[in-house]
Amino acid sequence: MGRWVYFVPLALFAALAGYFGVALFSGRDPRELPSALIDRPMPAFVLPGLGDGGGVTAAGLRGGVVVVNFFASWCAPCRVEHPLLLRLARQERVHVVGIAYKDRPEDSRRFLAELGDPYRGVGVDRDGRVGIDFGLYGVPETYVVDRAGHIRKRFVGALTPLVVERELLPLVRALERP
Amino acid sequence: MIIELGHFALALALFLALIQAVVPMAGASRRLVGWMEVGRSAALGQFALVALSFAALTHAYVTSDFSVANVVQNSHSAKPLLYKISGVWGNHEGSMLLWVLILALCGAAVAVFGDNLPRELRARVLSVQGMVASGFLLFILATSNPFERMIPTPGDGNGLNPVLQDPGLAFHPPFLYLGYVGSSVAFAFAVAALIEGRVDAAWARWVRPWALVSWCALTVGIALGSWWAYYTLGWGGWWFWDPVENASLLPWLSGTALIHSAIVVERRDTMKSWTILLALLTFSLALVGTFLVRSGVLSSVHAFAVDPERGVFILGLLVLAIGGSLVLYAVRAPALQGGGLFAPISREGALVFNNLLLATATATVLLGTLYPLFLDAVGGAKISVGPPFFNGTFLPLMVPLLMAMVVGPLLAWKRGDLLAALQRLWVAFGCALAVVLGGLWWAGFGPVLAVLGLGLAAWIAAGVLSEWGERVRLFRVPLRDSWRRAAGLPRAAYGMSAAHFGMAVMVAGIAGQAFEQERIESLRAGDRIALAGYELVLREVRRVPGPNFIADEAEVEVRRGGVVVDVMRPQRRLFTVQGQTTSLTAIRTGLAADLYLALGEGDPASGWTIRAYHKPIVSWIWLGALVMALGGVVSLTDRRWRVGVAARRAAAVPAAAE
Repeated sequence: MGRWVYFVPLALFAALAGYFGVALFSGRDPRELPSALIDRPMPAFVLPGLGDGGGVTAAGLRGGVVVVNFFASWCAPCRVEHPLLLRLARQERVHVVGIAYKDRPEDSRRFLAELGDPYRGVGVDRDGRVGIDFGLYGVPETYVVDRAGHIRKRFVGALTPLVVERELLPLVRALERP
Repeated sequence: MIIELGHFALALALFLALIQAVVPMAGASRRLVGWMEVGRSAALGQFALVALSFAALTHAYVTSDFSVANVVQNSHSAKPLLYKISGVWGNHEGSMLLWVLILALCGAAVAVFGDNLPRELRARVLSVQGMVASGFLLFILATSNPFERMIPTPGDGNGLNPVLQDPGLAFHPPFLYLGYVGSSVAFAFAVAALIEGRVDAAWARWVRPWALVSWCALTVGIALGSWWAYYTLGWGGWWFWDPVENASLLPWLSGTALIHSAIVVERRDTMKSWTILLALLTFSLALVGTFLVRSGVLSSVHAFAVDPERGVFILGLLVLAIGGSLVLYAVRAPALQGGGLFAPISREGALVFNNLLLATATATVLLGTLYPLFLDAVGGAKISVGPPFFNGTFLPLMVPLLMAMVVGPLLAWKRGDLLAALQRLWVAFGCALAVVLGGLWWAGFGPVLAVLGLGLAAWIAAGVLSEWGERVRLFRVPLRDSWRRAAGLPRAAYGMSAAHFGMAVMVAGIAGQAFEQERIESLRAGDRIALAGYELVLREVRRVPGPNFIADEAEVEVRRGGVVVDVMRPQRRLFTVQGQTTSLTAIRTGLAADLYLALGEGDPASGWTIRAYHKPIVSWIWLGALVMALGGVVSLTDRRWRVGVAARRAAAVPAAAE
């Protein structure tokens, strides 16, 4: 082993510290995480459903403005954003579809029984394939899909009241206009 | 006045810490005895001053002095005394003060108990501790002053986050911090050894007790945190792979590797630079954990926006402490080669295996934890890669580690005989096989992984007992001779057996969770649920007042075979100051199983949601952790730590470069 081996820990730490530094000093708007799929058709998928309502397919969602939300029972931020989804579905009458990402169906069911079910349909993405097609970073993630089935906006991480009021709802309303 | 005194004491402590950082180090390189001895008095003085400062803040909390901003933000006059005290460390500034207090305590401990250390080494260790303390005292004074006044003085405070008002959480941070900060001693020893350019068996023998103390505290701290999550969050879960939890698991994993690799240094005089690296790494991970996760710097973008100064300061400290020590490592470690090659099948070979797996596991958890944090730093998003990632990567690493854990102690140093070791484990193998077959017969192939987990636990437990039987030559020699041998075994051997046995208990507890049963139902008074042979009857739901909350309390009768065995009272508390609700679960704890009730929302007309769980052997998880920590404590009482190490062999390792 050469001497350079002993520099490996230092190099790794330097990379880490550099990353923190960039994050600290960049000062750019941190909420933008563009998706390669913006204004492109939503990836095709056919998923079994969680309840008795039958499965969820990309083709079946076409024709209306849909909010697609990836969630999981094991995901703490999902619990945080859940009341917002309930409000979207119940008070704002937005069509919200859920995709349970890498979650056991019984756990997802329990999650929804405990917190309320905002979804008009839930697809079970047991192995996370559909998540990969969407380019998911993790859960929760939320996509706004227009009538033609094109993705118009992506929200990474838990939705916040501000994001819903200022961005998500106005976009959905604009897309819904004939 | 007391507050200003506390502030002033903290500033004086910084002054002493700076002296402690500079003078003994200079003294050690110039061999000036007087200068070196300054380290001890400075460390003691620094501890006294920080303790005074901490006492001043605690006094402000206990007397509800709302002229102090920190008290206003985190306390309330109606809070019970225990939570007024625990409120001191339930916030950023106060928890930093506790952190520094424990750091000063460690420094004082080295000064007091370090009599058997060579003077130069002790001076350098204290100096490194002084450097770390200076950095953090400066951080508190410059950016996180807990003694700031608030004028005009408000009438009452905002209260402590209700979730934190819990006895488990009152004691969790002190233990956790003792674990985190305790690792600074091993860190200081490692840096001192790098400066001296000498690592030998004596060094390992001095550093290992410190590493063990911090490991024990961290084990207890993590277990307390997990237990708290279990009984307070009301979902019945006990580990969520949350960044905050992972931040404590990371130094635990590398610290576990450290206490094992230090044995190799002590016995075989090899694996030196690796052990040094682990000592540096453990404290570094503790630092990264505390500051990037606990202080909320990376987990919320707002922390930067509100106070970018704090973020820059923390990053600067991390770069100085971690980066500085790693530079020293890169330059000096290559000269630490010693010992020699050894056979893969040997005690030290098994310990290398242990270290490889633990290091990989550490890297895995670090990756899974930092990845969302990175995203958070650049993306401001809260996401979770969650259990699927960790279960898929961490658990497969743990299985071979746990299986080998039994074999390692049966191998001899230098050259072991794997076949002979395995032959001695036939009883353990039989036990494991019996548990697996019995489990499959009883539970079927559904929870096959859990059954294998129980088999693994049986393998470890029976293996640990066989190893002890082997040492005392049980049934091989008359029982009286075995007894004499058992009494003569070193405490360290019992410590190891206990710690490994604790791991078996914990693995069983974790595997047992696959057999939990659950009912979530909406009940009206008089309704009942059947669960795992129990019958739960909701008698009524009452409103009960508390000191700073009002609660709905359900009274649930627990019947078994028609006989009332218990009455459980889960609560749902509304904290009036914050308008936040928390659930107080009711748990009937037993060695065999826990019965766990949580009360949800509801009203008399439509009924209340009640979640009921039957969790077999869940308490074994924390019991196992406790046994592990006790094993560490037993090991600490071993004679060999107390008897002075015979004069350090001067020619031990003059460290020839390759």
